[in-house]
Parts: sequence; structure tokens; C-alpha cells
Amino acid sequence: MNLIEARHLCVRLGGAEILHDISLAVRPGEIITVVGPNGSGKSTLLRALLGILPPAGGQVVRAPGLRLGYVPQRLQIDRSMPITVRRFLSLPLRVTDAQAAEVLARVGMEDSGALQMAALSGGQLQRVLLARALLSRPQVLMLDEPTQGLDQPGEAAFYRLIEEVRANTGCAVLMVSHDLHVVMAASDRVVCLNGHVCCEGTPQVVSSAPEYRALFGLGTQGALALYRHEHDHDHPHVHDHDHGHDHHGHHHA
Amino acid sequence: MITIMGTIITATIMLDDFLVRAALAGVGLSLATGPLGAFVVWRRMAYFGDATAHAAILGVALALATDLPVAAGTLVVALAMAVAVAGLAAKGWALDTTLGVMAHSALAFGLVAVSFLPQVRTDLSAWLFGDILAVSKADLALIWGGAAAVVALLAWRWQALLASTLNEDLAHSAGIRPARERLVLVIALALVVAVALKVVGALLISAMLIIPAAAARGLARSPEGMALGAVAVGAVSALAGLRLSLWQDTPAGPSMVVAAAAVFAAAALFGRMRRP
Repeated sequence: MNLIEARHLCVRLGGAEILHDISLAVRPGEIITVVGPNGSGKSTLLRALLGILPPAGGQVVRAPGLRLGYVPQRLQIDRSMPITVRRFLSLPLRVTDAQAAEVLARVGMEDSGALQMAALSGGQLQRVLLARALLSRPQVLMLDEPTQGLDQPGEAAFYRLIEEVRANTGCAVLMVSHDLHVVMAASDRVVCLNGHVCCEGTPQVVSSAPEYRALFGLGTQGALALYRHEHDHDHPHVHDHDHGHDHHGHHHA
Repeated sequence: MITIMGTIITATIMLDDFLVRAALAGVGLSLATGPLGAFVVWRRMAYFGDATAHAAILGVALALATDLPVAAGTLVVALAMAVAVAGLAAKGWALDTTLGVMAHSALAFGLVAVSFLPQVRTDLSAWLFGDILAVSKADLALIWGGAAAVVALLAWRWQALLASTLNEDLAHSAGIRPARERLVLVIALALVVAVALKVVGALLISAMLIIPAAAARGLARSPEGMALGAVAVGAVSALAGLRLSLWQDTPAGPSMVVAAAAVFAAAALFGRMRRP
């Protein structure tokens, strides 16, 4: 059963076709990462799936009663608006203190309810946005470049948190990654986008696909799995695979 | 029964005093400019407010030329202006420039239009800077009715307005239509312009929207606190401005803005002292 599906989706913005013939299905519990260069239509794809942008062709099919959680690319809390984390969680639907405390605890932001949103660090803000998205108990969590502006440890920690959320709630995750060098190794599938779907598959398959290499060059494939969970260890490791195993001497090809 | 009658009679007599009417007009206007001003500050709509307010002069000219009530003419023209500007903004026109062109043109067209009407020409400054001391009972009913409508509209849409002010995509994903919420603000702004014209005049409406909200910003911890704080600052400024006007025989509308600016300065200083 597919939770949400794009069928031959085309999207136009201001006359230009941004997305062409996209077919993509999200199944329960899987983590999908969409990668692509700037202007490849990653955010547009998410916004079309959310129903913010109307399709110019094809369609978006949702499972009946689907609950979606959305974490936007960035939230610029204007300093002119005073608002606490607790109050923010009650937008647009008011939630109880217990519900707010529960989602804040889930993202590791206990006792942050009284903080001003404008005073949060980048990593804290992303966690609060994630907490807000979890309030609706989503079946699909959509994240638009959630680690933009985070340093590498922050990025790895946030990916770990996403994995935890998936493990605890069983929600599917559809994530757009801005950083072509770092894609979560926990992704069940990576979709490489450039106006159309260039290639898709497991991180390992995509990183060695010729379409991916044509788009991103050869220097990045080794780092595709920078963050990897080592389940046979007591604690998670962050492995830097910059010196990847599959160079195969293609540099001069 | 007798006490109620007595209260009503006393109130009616009080309303015969022009100063009481002026004070009530100022306080009534603050009820609407407080929460709306907060949105103007949050969404950086200051120039948008200017364009809408300046269009009011054109509305006055049209109303007088066609024997319509002034408030109706102002409301129609302000609404048309606000919708036009909002439409251009949605189409992605360079907003700063567009608003600048619209705001100043609206004012210039209005001033040229009223020059054809001798009865307005004589008291043009009343339309530009307000004439709160000449507020009639009918004006008062209009001001309080309009303010109540704005407050009701904003209270009704409050959660959706806040959500779409923070992030339109986020609001959209929660089932809110940000375009509709923008329209709510546009309507509220046009209503406030129509209501405020008599009190502070076309040139100073934006000031009464922005300054009280900005003064409340430093002291508030929640959006609601800031909106209520702006109401309080607006009301205090209106009363203090009236007082100044009586005492020094200064024009009432600008005196209210001067008082608001003084409160803003004091609040900014206090906020700075409170922070280490």
C-alpha cells in the first residue's frame, strides 16, 4: 500500500516546467532521500506532494485520511515576533501541555517550552520544527533540507534523530537533501532528481549509477554514506568515508 | 432602573463634551490598530499601510464629488488600493519599488483631485492630519463599529493568521490557505484606514499602526501580549496626545503620534536596561 504517490507528475512555475513526469511512491515506514543539484526541483516536488503547488500534469494520490507532517526548509522567525516554543507548537491547532511536552521530549528538547523561538540555535530550531510536525502523529514525515545550516556533528545528530523517530513511530520519511556529499546511509532509497528522476535505489546503488556520477561528478560518491549506524557497537559511530572503496580508477574516464 | 437611566443620561451628557468624544475616538481606534499594527510589523507591511492610507485622500475627493458618505468613499478606495497592491505582490513585482510608487502616487492623485473641490481645499489639513476634536457622535459610532469589526475579524482568524505569518508553506500543509489570510489583513487594513482618517488623518495612520506595536515588542513574550500591549500603548498615546494638544494648543493627531514615539523610546530604553 502506498501512503502518498506521484503519478507522472508535471509541475510548472511561471511557465517553466520544473518537474517532468515524476513517478514516486512512499510506502509505510521507509526513508526516502531526494538528492539533486540546485534548481533540480527538490523543494518543488515536496510542495507539490503537500498540495501547495497544483500539478500541471499527472496526479498526486494520497491514502485516505493520510496524516502528513512537514518540516519546512527554514523558518525565519522574525525578531519582531515574540513567541515561545510552547506557543509555536499550538499553531495552527492548539495542543495540550502534555502533548507539547511529549513531542519536545521525543526530539530531545525537554524544558525548552519557555524559550523564545528567535533565541534558538539552528539545530534547536530544526528539532522544534520536527516536534511540531510530530504533533499530528504523521504517517509520512516530509523534511525539506532539514540540516541546512547545521555543522557536521549537528547534521549527523539530526539524522540519528530522524532514524529514532522512524523506529519509534513507524512513520515514513521523505527527505530532501541539499548536501550532495552527505546522504543518510539509513535511507532505504535515494532518488536522484534533476527535473526528472535520473535514477533511484539504495544509497550504494545510486552512488555508483552513471546518471548520478554524471550529475555530481566522481569526487562525491565515496562520501555518500558519511553517516552510518554501526549496530554491532554499543554506541553510534560517525564514519567518514571520504576515501571511498569504489573509485575503480574512473577519474580520467 | 433609575440608576441605569441615570447612567445613560450621564453618559449622554458626557458625550456632549467634545473632549470625551475625542478621548473615546482615540481609545476606540487603538483597539483596532493594536492587533493589526502587530501584523503590520511582523509581516513588514509598513509601506503597504502607507499606500492604503494615502489612497484615502483620493477616497475623500471621490466621496465629496459624488455626495457619498466620506467613510464609504474612503473604505472603497482604500480597499481597491489594498487589493491592487496585494495582487501585485502576489505576482512577484519588486515590492519595495511598487509600494513606493503606489503610495506616493495615491497621495498626489488625491491631493490633485481635492483641489477641484473648494470645500475640501479649505480644510485639507484635517484630512491629512485628522481632526479628532471635531469628532461627532455619528463619527464615534463609526469608529467604534469599525474597530469592533476589525477586532472580531482578527480574533476569528487569529490562529490561521499567526501560522501563515510565520511560514506560509507550513500553514498550507496544515490546511490553511495563506492567500485567504492575506485578504483578511487587507480588508482589516482598509477598515482601519476608513475609521482612522478622522482621528489621525491619512498621513499618520501608519504611524499609529507601527509605533505602538513596535513599542510593545520589547516588553512582550507572546504574540498576544504584543497585540494587547500595542492596544494599551495606543490608548495611552491617544490620551496623552490629547492632553498635550489642549495644554500647548498643538495639533491633536501629530501630538498623539509624538506621545506614541515617546512611549516607544521609553520602552526601547527599558528593554535595553533589562537585558544585560
